[in-house]
Amino acid sequence: MNLTLKVWRQKNRSAAGEFATYQARDIIPDMSFLEMLDVVNEEILAQGHEPFAFDSDCREGICGACSLVINGIPHGGNKGVTACQLHMRHFHDGQTITIEPWRASAFPVDRDLITDRTAFDRIIASGGFISAHTGGAPDGNALPVSKPDADKAMDAAACIGCGACVAACKNASAMLFVAAKVSHLGLLPQGQAERYDRVVKMVETMDNEGFGNCTVTGACEAVCPKEISLEFIGRLNRDYLVGSLKK
Amino acid sequence: MNIFQFLFKSSLGRKYIMAVTGAALVVFVIGHMVGNLSFLLGREEINAYGHFLHTKPELLWATRIGLLVMIVLHIWSAIALSAANKAARPVGYAVQKSNGSSYASRTMLMSGLIVFCFIVYHLLHFTVQAPAVNLTGKDFGTLIDSEGRRDIYSMIVLGFSRPAIAIFYMVGVGLLSLHLSHGVSSLFQSLGLRSKGYAPLINCAATVLAVVLIIGYWSIPLSVLTGLKK
Amino acid sequence: MNLDAKIPSGPLEKKWDKHRLDMKLVNPANKRKFEVIVVGTGLAGAGAAASMAELGYGVKAFCYQDSPRRAHSIAAQGGINAAKNYQNDGDSVYRLFLDTLKGGDFRAREANVYRLAQVSVNIIDQCVAQGVPFAREYSGMLANRSFGGAQVSRTFYARGQTGQQLLLGAYQALERQIGLGKVKMFPRTEMLDLVLVDGHAKGIVVRDLVTGEISSHAADAVILATGGYSNVFYLSTSAKGCNVTAIWRAYKRGAAMANPCYTQIHPTCIPVSGDHQSKLTLMSESLRNDGRVWVPKAKGDKRPAHDIPETERDYFLERKYPSYGNLAPRDISSRAAKEACDDGRGVGPGGLGVYLDFADSVKRLGETGIREKYDNLFAMYETITGENAYKQPMRIYPAVHYTMGGLWVDYNLQSNIPGLFVLGEANFSDHGANRLGASALMQGLADGYFIAPYTLGNYFATNKIPRPTVGHPEFKRVGDEVNARTKKFLSIKGKRSTTSFHRELGKLMWNNCGMARTKASLETNLRDIPALREEFWKNLNVLGETNSLNQSLEQAGRVADFLEFGELLSRDALLREESCGGHFRSEYQTPDGEAQRDDDHFAHVSAWEYQGENQTPVMHKEPLVYEEIKMSQRSYK
Repeated sequence: MNLTLKVWRQKNRSAAGEFATYQARDIIPDMSFLEMLDVVNEEILAQGHEPFAFDSDCREGICGACSLVINGIPHGGNKGVTACQLHMRHFHDGQTITIEPWRASAFPVDRDLITDRTAFDRIIASGGFISAHTGGAPDGNALPVSKPDADKAMDAAACIGCGACVAACKNASAMLFVAAKVSHLGLLPQGQAERYDRVVKMVETMDNEGFGNCTVTGACEAVCPKEISLEFIGRLNRDYLVGSLKK
Repeated sequence: MNIFQFLFKSSLGRKYIMAVTGAALVVFVIGHMVGNLSFLLGREEINAYGHFLHTKPELLWATRIGLLVMIVLHIWSAIALSAANKAARPVGYAVQKSNGSSYASRTMLMSGLIVFCFIVYHLLHFTVQAPAVNLTGKDFGTLIDSEGRRDIYSMIVLGFSRPAIAIFYMVGVGLLSLHLSHGVSSLFQSLGLRSKGYAPLINCAATVLAVVLIIGYWSIPLSVLTGLKK
Repeated sequence: MNLDAKIPSGPLEKKWDKHRLDMKLVNPANKRKFEVIVVGTGLAGAGAAASMAELGYGVKAFCYQDSPRRAHSIAAQGGINAAKNYQNDGDSVYRLFLDTLKGGDFRAREANVYRLAQVSVNIIDQCVAQGVPFAREYSGMLANRSFGGAQVSRTFYARGQTGQQLLLGAYQALERQIGLGKVKMFPRTEMLDLVLVDGHAKGIVVRDLVTGEISSHAADAVILATGGYSNVFYLSTSAKGCNVTAIWRAYKRGAAMANPCYTQIHPTCIPVSGDHQSKLTLMSESLRNDGRVWVPKAKGDKRPAHDIPETERDYFLERKYPSYGNLAPRDISSRAAKEACDDGRGVGPGGLGVYLDFADSVKRLGETGIREKYDNLFAMYETITGENAYKQPMRIYPAVHYTMGGLWVDYNLQSNIPGLFVLGEANFSDHGANRLGASALMQGLADGYFIAPYTLGNYFATNKIPRPTVGHPEFKRVGDEVNARTKKFLSIKGKRSTTSFHRELGKLMWNNCGMARTKASLETNLRDIPALREEFWKNLNVLGETNSLNQSLEQAGRVADFLEFGELLSRDALLREESCGGHFRSEYQTPDGEAQRDDDHFAHVSAWEYQGENQTPVMHKEPLVYEEIKMSQRSYK
């Protein structure tokens, strides 16, 4: 099939950007979306132009590098998958596809479709951990964890830190990301000692990084490639309330 | 960090303010509707209700001041949060999609602001009874019933006798219901009271409340417009 | 070249304890005076960076990804082995040691492998303490599953995302140290060369991938934890960015490259669908616990799977290896699949695939039971192929997945360059000629958490060489070389893209140096790869600038290194005239087609020494001395 791509091009963080239009020819349905972009980029290069830059790494939906807003939907709107796992069989011949980077002041565009998501790392660095230094851990079975708790913690821990939640949220809020980490660690007995301290610090960093606020629209949950539940945001709100009263 | 810092400075603190004030306003909106429905029972009932309220000025004014504080805080948090939200996405998308979010959730600020304007009008209309805004040329403050009480019944009938005003009221209430259909379920989330198990129930209750408010509040202007009450 | 493995003396099970006592310590107050560079932030790198910082050392950590959390350890699905014996099924440190050594076809060092098995138990404890949400029994105790190459259940897992969860544990520990100011993190920064001062590794030259700026960093020691080189095959299960550059540049500065020909082909990947393919996707080997591998008995049988009656199916792994069945080790399972396809009995488009059938398990455990264990894998399979594996069997085919070879290191994980430590998949140390499933995560974390922090301390305590500044002439010299090389890519202005060269190299490697290798095929590579490399430097087309984010330029550097490395890999495979583990030479097989080792001539590590541009490198041998056990023919029958 043949498609028309409208791709955001921007030289660097301070430059103004604009859309460029490219033709994607002879695309086959088994290609992944990123493989289709590879094909187009090869053609752009052959025509003597610089290919557009986009992030990707594992290309199997787990590293969280890929970050494309495809026709207005982060990761393209195929439920529970990242852009790298979106396949061209979900598009049709002649379609026009608009591809934009994540849009958020906390995620500045470094080039074309690539954004800087280190704000997420700084949120984790401010408290998204259990302070268990290497060595001296008790036996793994010394502290039983109920299966429902372990399962729920895993549901939250499945977050890949891609930032689609921020990209989809009309307020560019990072609440789902923060909530997932707060819930993962807060649900486990190992995480209790720092539970409230953690949530207060992470929220403070989140605010300072310039993310917006949660207005419970549910867009984050809808586009999350790991289908992290909005419920965890409720948990975050609860823990933060307790945490700030304890301070 | 003291409680005020956390409430007024942090993003979640502001959300708590919005949720708690919102909850208080919802309780008032429900109570106000139940009280006003006495209009449907007849002149005696609503006028007696009005008389009762005005013989308890301490209760009336405590409620009024309380409501004012709630509204101010609710609007302040809304403006503060919205400003941060706007700053969080300086450049928008060329292709806009709702990504599964509801219309109500995306229009909270707008519906809230229109409802606020409606409330201001409503206060001028029926509480302050400014003759300039009721389009009937009459002064509602002069309406007295046979027992010498304020004739609220006549005021409502007169007030809604102008279809434009009645329709404006119905639109205002409609927007309020839209606002609350999202706001009520959202306030539970903001206060951390919405778990996965209860979420559908809370969402459903919010919708039911919105519908009940529409039916309850619309019944009054409709009963006047259709001539059932005169 | 000095290839002293520095194995401590004494009985096998006491070596590591003894060594830990013998090693010199750095006084806590002095630790902050030492700086370590860590390149790569996967399990080994993040684990080492965090642990070293916790001890008080100053750490600079580098990764090419935009966040340390995205290192490719994240993609490991199945699990991590540990000799906990929680299942009471007869596991022990010694058994894990034996399984690993045997799985590696007796081409690993005894002492290293034993230590790996020893510390495996600490890893689980550490990860649990960090909040890794391992699967649990209803009792609240840790759950286990079994994995290829083992007859006990010793694999700990977190759904099909074990690597992700372990990496997040290490990443969070690392971020904690970043928050405390103990680690300075450089994301989107690629190491382009190693700097030696007076023969010791004292720094690196890097390129900031956003600004293009090339800069130098000095330290008291350098740790490379930069992963494997599977992408020399172009198509592999590695991430697109995985590359050989860091260890290749170290090799060119004098570090020995060991056993590059040991590459692992994973039996359960999703088959290739066409030429556009940019990478292959693995389905966790844990699927083989409940799936049965088969092909039709008849050649060219094109009927849909469910129309082929039981009697006309060949469950070839169960037939050939009755005691291990579908859980035979990776190399053996992969080759068996290749044989079935070569025999014309492959399934799916192009006949390059075998079935992995869950029908029996669905009957036994119900669809819910299977869903509980593997749902995300089934979902992934459906996403990619558009087929529902609950209803019809999966199609799988082997793909390059892991590389056992890497920079040569001694027992301290130090290369032959003093001060250069190599951890995880980047070194060659523990897996011999083949790695067992769920052992990569174990090795990465063992190296990072529990070995490097000790052995680096010993290096600091015993080598009192002052840390140079980046003003040292050696930094300037290497920096200039890197600058010149980077500019060179842009100056060629040829016709072909980096990808086209990479793809062509990959085809050469897969066809001539893949699952089965012959003298002739390897010699083809030794002729064709240099020719391809020559064309690369004449006809490469890279646009853009050096001083901006330029992905084509990044790619070009990596592919240039692969083009050199692929030749060394083929050369190593040519010289190893035996079949062992992942290295299968068609000339050396038993009458029933199994790998035939030659312990008399090849019980050694091949360590390659660089001799200069376009010079044939020299191979040195480190003999593998087994004190504890006898090498035996592997049998999974």
